[in-house]
Amino acid sequence: MISDDFMVPEPVRVLRKQQELETTWTLELEPGGAGRRPFLPGQFNMLYMFGVGEVPISLSGDAGQTETLIHTVRAVGPVSNKLAALKPMDAVGLRGPFGVGWPMTAGEGADLLIVAGGLGLAPLRPAIYHVLRHRERYGRVILLYGTRSPEDILYAGQLEEWNKRPDVEVHITVDHAGGDWLGKIGVVPSLVPSLDFDPEDTVAMVCGPEVMMRFTVNALRDAGVEDESIYLSMERNMKCALGHCGHCQFGSTFVCKDGPVLSFDRLRGLLSLKEF
Amino acid sequence: MDNVDDGSVITRQGLQCLLDALAQRGYTVVGPTVRDQAIVYEELARIEALPAGWTDEQDGGLYRLKRRSDDALFGYAVGPHSWKRFLHPPKVSLWQATRNGDELRFVPARDEPPRYAFIGVRACELAAIGIQDRVLMGDEYADPHYRSRREQAFLVALNCSEAGGTCFCDSMNTGPDVKEGYDLVLTELLDGDNHLFLIRSGSEEGAEVLAELPREPATEAHQTAATAVVEKTRGQMGRSMPQTAIPALLMDNLEHPRWDEVADRCLSCSNCTMVCPTCFCTTVEDTSDLEGGTAERSRRWDSCFTSDFSYIHGGSVRNSTRSRYRQWMTHKLATWVDQFGTSGCVGCGRCITWCPVGIDITEEVHAIHDDVSSRDKE
Amino acid sequence: MKNIAQIVCEHPFFHGLDGEFCDLVCGCARNVRFNPGEYLFHEGGDADYLYLIRFGQVALEIAVPGKPSVRFQTLHDGDLVGVSWVLPPYHWAYDARAITLTRAIAMDAHCLRKKCDDDPVLGYDVMKRLLPILTSRLHATQMQILDVYGTPEQPE
Repeated sequence: MISDDFMVPEPVRVLRKQQELETTWTLELEPGGAGRRPFLPGQFNMLYMFGVGEVPISLSGDAGQTETLIHTVRAVGPVSNKLAALKPMDAVGLRGPFGVGWPMTAGEGADLLIVAGGLGLAPLRPAIYHVLRHRERYGRVILLYGTRSPEDILYAGQLEEWNKRPDVEVHITVDHAGGDWLGKIGVVPSLVPSLDFDPEDTVAMVCGPEVMMRFTVNALRDAGVEDESIYLSMERNMKCALGHCGHCQFGSTFVCKDGPVLSFDRLRGLLSLKEF
Repeated sequence: MDNVDDGSVITRQGLQCLLDALAQRGYTVVGPTVRDQAIVYEELARIEALPAGWTDEQDGGLYRLKRRSDDALFGYAVGPHSWKRFLHPPKVSLWQATRNGDELRFVPARDEPPRYAFIGVRACELAAIGIQDRVLMGDEYADPHYRSRREQAFLVALNCSEAGGTCFCDSMNTGPDVKEGYDLVLTELLDGDNHLFLIRSGSEEGAEVLAELPREPATEAHQTAATAVVEKTRGQMGRSMPQTAIPALLMDNLEHPRWDEVADRCLSCSNCTMVCPTCFCTTVEDTSDLEGGTAERSRRWDSCFTSDFSYIHGGSVRNSTRSRYRQWMTHKLATWVDQFGTSGCVGCGRCITWCPVGIDITEEVHAIHDDVSSRDKE
Repeated sequence: MKNIAQIVCEHPFFHGLDGEFCDLVCGCARNVRFNPGEYLFHEGGDADYLYLIRFGQVALEIAVPGKPSVRFQTLHDGDLVGVSWVLPPYHWAYDARAITLTRAIAMDAHCLRKKCDDDPVLGYDVMKRLLPILTSRLHATQMQILDVYGTPEQPE
């Protein structure tokens, strides 16, 4: 039963766990009770570790399957370290799903340019699954992925699979690499100018560290993509996920409730403002 | 039931009857009283606990009680408390979790809150309650803790007979006259030894309660006197907000040097957010017992002036006092309008009075406004 | 088969260059190829040529003592390799090595500099083509320095 009290978590069990990168794991959780809403690509859950605390983690699985809820977690703090140390059958607290996701409907009929940086691929993966499930609804699908080094490529196997598809274009670049890396080296926004695409008919979805998103938005705008067609997934301090605690405010938006996915025309002028 | 909606007058004794009637109905009656040299809101049984004959002197960073020359029960402006302390308490337990082996359970902490009756809710405070209603129960995520307190609350409003030195509700269009959202509304009428309260109901339950009180029908003279009280108060406002499009003024001047000047004085102490009747931000605290079998999560007031407030992994978004003050003021006066349809400021003046260095939100807006207007003229 | 003038003037770097200028700069150009692993130039060497990649992939590297070279950028079809040829005293600042079979146009830097000096209108045109490349590389470097994907130092 889902309580009308959205602050109360529901206990769920870890079904499987898989290491992705040195400090990054993917957790498959029980989907929770019957009253739980299906999630939309780009939404997040609040995961609670007993006695330690709660963190927002985006859903990184396929919204079209309901057997598990998939989250990819990087161990960076007290809660995420505990999450990363969970074993199958361990219990966590779950609240969600929360927030506004990627423009899967607004993007129909358009070309999609998906730009991910580092762990930012995790919140975008449900969007990619959705597109592949409903491939006929979208035009060209281009995925640009940038990360620190070849060892930091998230979902590497899947990226390779997607790249093999004739209907998806995947470009991967890393910030730096050793001599055994034969792929591209450079930052992900640098991939945009050399792309042959129709900016006026493109919806861009961008997720990654804020600086990477800012540089990417600049490259997309330079290429002629409209502000209204550029969507970012913002990170702010989300505590309640309901728009009540006030922590995640960014100008007029509550990132937890009005976002995390926001179109750039709502962020323009504020994103580059220091300490805003 | 006779017609009570045209207004009645009650005496001091009638006011006691009101407290009794509300207690009789099961309400926990809360109203103003003097404690630690300030007028605060506490549980009341007798009208003798009201601050009879007291008033206050208020200015930037200054609050002082003074004796009045009369025995008015409500002859002062608002003190450091607001009703938010009761409707959206400083600390609320949210739930308890128990862990037994690998079993995890969550039990909502849903205490039965008191049914509150508030005595002497000013126009600015009614406006503030209306604002918090929109914030905390305006959408699908209504906060059950707030709602359970709010929906049962009985509001006895009060038309102000005295404006404080930091009051500016008139320029925020929230007061000093009470317009809506109350069960009963009082206006204190003092004419020599003749001490009366004009009383009117604003809800069905208010009318029921009023019908139980010993009262006389209000005369035209009472009505005229009540109007005069409010108009006199309107003329006493110690502060005023510039009559301009404040959201645009602030959002167009996010890099104005005035933010640096105010940051030089601001101590980031969060007093303004604690005393503000609309500030709603909270954080959560997790505690667990030593054996690790139970854990509890509670919610407490938080402030955008703390460094943890904007923390994202790697650091705080707003490290400087300048950015925190700017966040507070632009939220209160500008982005709040986008979020909830009204300003987040009701003009109660508490943030000015209780600021240890006397920072004045109206002065800050005036400064940016005057500077921008003078540059526009050049 | 295309002649060198067509190849040069169709390359993105010189695309849209005035016809007369095109003939001028073509006088400095020749076709080259590099096998995988072959260096285009080494750090500290004289910047006698600039390279316009026709197809292939070239990595820019910096040697780090005791470690394998760090690759910080790759360049691809249509890109320009090398900017030190415009900056006295014309020495390369890093290594450039072909990763895949790379075909490129090598422009004689002495020749191109002289033609730019002789005709400032051509010189200005070339500079306008060069500056955006320099700027975008500067921005990319800024982002790399920030190490935006790195592990945060403080906990959540």
